[in-house]
Amino acid sequence: MTNTTTSEIVERCQALYDDMHFNAAREWKKAVPGRKVVGFMPIYIPRELIHAAGMLPLGIMGGGDNLEVIHGDAYYQSYICRIPRSTIELGVSGRLDFVDAMLFPSICDVIRNLSGMWKMLFPNVYSKYFDVPQTYEDSVGGEFYIGEMREFLHDLEELGGRKITDDDIRNSIAVYNENRKLIAELYDLRAAKPWLAPASEAYLVIRAGLVLPVEEHSKLLRQYIDATSSEDRPIKDNSKVIVTGMFCEQPPLNLLKSLELSGCYVVDDDFMLVSRWLVDDVPTEGDPVYNLSQAFLHHSRSTAAKYEPNQQEKGQFLVRSVKRTGAEGVIFASPSFCDPALLDRPMLQHVLADAGIPYIAFKYAENSGQMQPIREQAGTFVDSIKLWSAA
Amino acid sequence: MKPTPVKAKAQEVIKDASMLKQKEMMAKHYDRLSDAPETGQKVASTFVPGNLNELLMCFDLVNNLPEVNAIQSGLRRQSGGYIMEAERSGHSEDVCTYVKSDIGMMMKGNIGPNGRKLPNPDVLLLSYTGCFTFLKWFELLREQYKCPTIFLQTPYMADGKVTPNMVQYMVKQFKEDVIPTLEKVSGVKFDIDRLREYLKKSAKAEDDLVHVLQSAKNKPSPIDAYFGGIYYIGPIFGAFRGTDDAIDYYRFLREEVDARVAAGKGPVTPDGDMPEEKYRLVVEGPPNYTNFRQFWKMFYEEGATVVASSYTKVGGTYDLGFRHDYERPLETMAEYCLGVYTNRSLPMRIDMLVDYINEYEADGLLINSIKSCNSFSAGQLLIMREVEKRTGKPAAFIETDLVDPRYFSAANVKNRLESYFQMVEQKRSGKGAAA
Ligand code: SF4
Ligand code: SF4
Repeated sequence: MTNTTTSEIVERCQALYDDMHFNAAREWKKAVPGRKVVGFMPIYIPRELIHAAGMLPLGIMGGGDNLEVIHGDAYYQSYICRIPRSTIELGVSGRLDFVDAMLFPSICDVIRNLSGMWKMLFPNVYSKYFDVPQTYEDSVGGEFYIGEMREFLHDLEELGGRKITDDDIRNSIAVYNENRKLIAELYDLRAAKPWLAPASEAYLVIRAGLVLPVEEHSKLLRQYIDATSSEDRPIKDNSKVIVTGMFCEQPPLNLLKSLELSGCYVVDDDFMLVSRWLVDDVPTEGDPVYNLSQAFLHHSRSTAAKYEPNQQEKGQFLVRSVKRTGAEGVIFASPSFCDPALLDRPMLQHVLADAGIPYIAFKYAENSGQMQPIREQAGTFVDSIKLWSAA
Repeated sequence: MKPTPVKAKAQEVIKDASMLKQKEMMAKHYDRLSDAPETGQKVASTFVPGNLNELLMCFDLVNNLPEVNAIQSGLRRQSGGYIMEAERSGHSEDVCTYVKSDIGMMMKGNIGPNGRKLPNPDVLLLSYTGCFTFLKWFELLREQYKCPTIFLQTPYMADGKVTPNMVQYMVKQFKEDVIPTLEKVSGVKFDIDRLREYLKKSAKAEDDLVHVLQSAKNKPSPIDAYFGGIYYIGPIFGAFRGTDDAIDYYRFLREEVDARVAAGKGPVTPDGDMPEEKYRLVVEGPPNYTNFRQFWKMFYEEGATVVASSYTKVGGTYDLGFRHDYERPLETMAEYCLGVYTNRSLPMRIDMLVDYINEYEADGLLINSIKSCNSFSAGQLLIMREVEKRTGKPAAFIETDLVDPRYFSAANVKNRLESYFQMVEQKRSGKGAAA
């Protein structure tokens, strides 16, 4: 196993990514009678609780550009983003027929309303709108969140037919801490030596974590990181950039590849935030649900779907990320019709302008095909960054 | 077809006495806002769904509602320019046009419908109820006004019920954050008995409002519960809930409506009394404001009255039984916020529309889908199919925008409406009703 190459790993991840029938998760479920799979949408859910119940958390990020949407469009007007319609497509076409429960995090009104649609369309599947606090005081938002998590645990116990102990949850927290640490290591590697782990590869490797059991995914991450250091890859004259706005509907993989082709090293991003939502280890001692709530309130990422109580802090996460990674610019890439990303954008841009950080912006859809305009725009951006830094 | 005179002589718009009274109240309110810098009154900006007017009054704060300002800009045909202004400054063409109208208005000096400058808010009360966009909207305003911002989260009623955890969360937010910050901003100490008094008054006006809304069960309906309804909800969804003015207005309106019922009259339209009620409709979704009269006319010209609408429930679902309860002041405010229409799950919204069709003996459902409003619009196609299935009544779908004139295509809307009325006719005569 030690000799696995990056391309072998990436190939495996690509296959998982392409598989819109989620066979890996189906097989996991089939392997032991009674196993359950819990689907979830962006942006964040505490997967530790699902894991503690012995179930597989399965990230559903829409249909991407692999899935032909036949029925889904009949549920949405043209002026609504793509991810809910391709998710409905996954549902009504039977691709999610093995999923025992679906979770809809509170990210925006589209996903919120989709939670109700799911109840109507799939009345026999447990589905839940997973509400999280947008206030961050322990005694207010914290208690509410603990209450919500306890309710959810109760539902999971009913679904699984067994009790979930605090030790189960502590154990799951430890397993996810490990996973997050590895992902953080991969991001550090990308920032330091982006030519070794291109964003389009890292994307696939992290995305595999949405369909694989976490333990297996951690192994895969370790393998990938180790493999990168033993390979010699040419350093290109690319510029380091950060992309932001891709926290929900995912960009087509080609978009990332196009950015790379046009001269960008993408060194930070907000894809699949669920994998990186909590920024520090969650303590494994003490009340695990309390610990998860503390992590959520005080040690989680900033993103457009979250209220920022402190005006001074608005957008600073981007400035910090630029400093940490040494990026030279920021690309705002948002799904069309995405209110959270698009309404947040001007505020973030003001912060960047004040900090003297260059940026560009464009929109995409998960099934965008034409990459030429994006490639051109990104290419021009990279050229101008180089000019500025040379000046 | 006879051509409609475009901007010929300003045509006289017929308004009933209650509408005139309402207009007067709103004008008075805008003057109070514009006068604030001189009178020293402090101003709180907040949203219609989940608005806590009674609480704000406890701190002598005047309530400014950016959504209502956007509506006013739409009615006055200024929103188009404001939206363009906001887009020029970097806002996306894809997002909620209320926000852009508001931002554009701010950029152009914040001139209110009274032609006078509206004051900057002293505090932003971000009642996060039923719409995600609110959250971003006030972050955007905070960036400009740099004033204290209070965040009040209303959990979503996803499972069709209010749980104790939800109510406790809201009450805690009132106690630990909302009230203390309002005290600090206003310099006025919170007095719960004062709040009770206001809440008592709210409930009184709410009773009369419900009576008015339910008068549409009569045949003919004495009111139009969508176009006319927008006037009726103005005071109670805005700055008047909890005041004597609101009590007087709704009492007056109730009497007026009762008199119309007694006289067997239909609603008052801008062109006078509606002669004949041919169709009774339930409407889901907000109206279009840039072409409000033209839009309304497409209904009353065909003899279509809206007998119930969901839009008139965004500021509270009083007709479902909710009343502000002065004996449980904080809990009642929480339950009020939780119950507003856009905070209800999709299945709950469907139940409500189905019930309206049955209870108001409507001919069917019409959905006005708003291009820029995800809160309302995402899921409406399923709502339409489900309501059709459950009631056996025809449904139709039109698409416009609230305040962006670029998305109002009169010819399209008219066509859709005409074919919809034909569908209703067919259904009545038994054709096409085989299923
Ligand atoms: S892409 Fe944006 S608007 Fe669409 S569901 Fe996701 S967060 Fe909501
Ligand atoms: S998205 Fe809809 S509900 Fe929200 S502010 Fe805009 S118009 Fe109002």
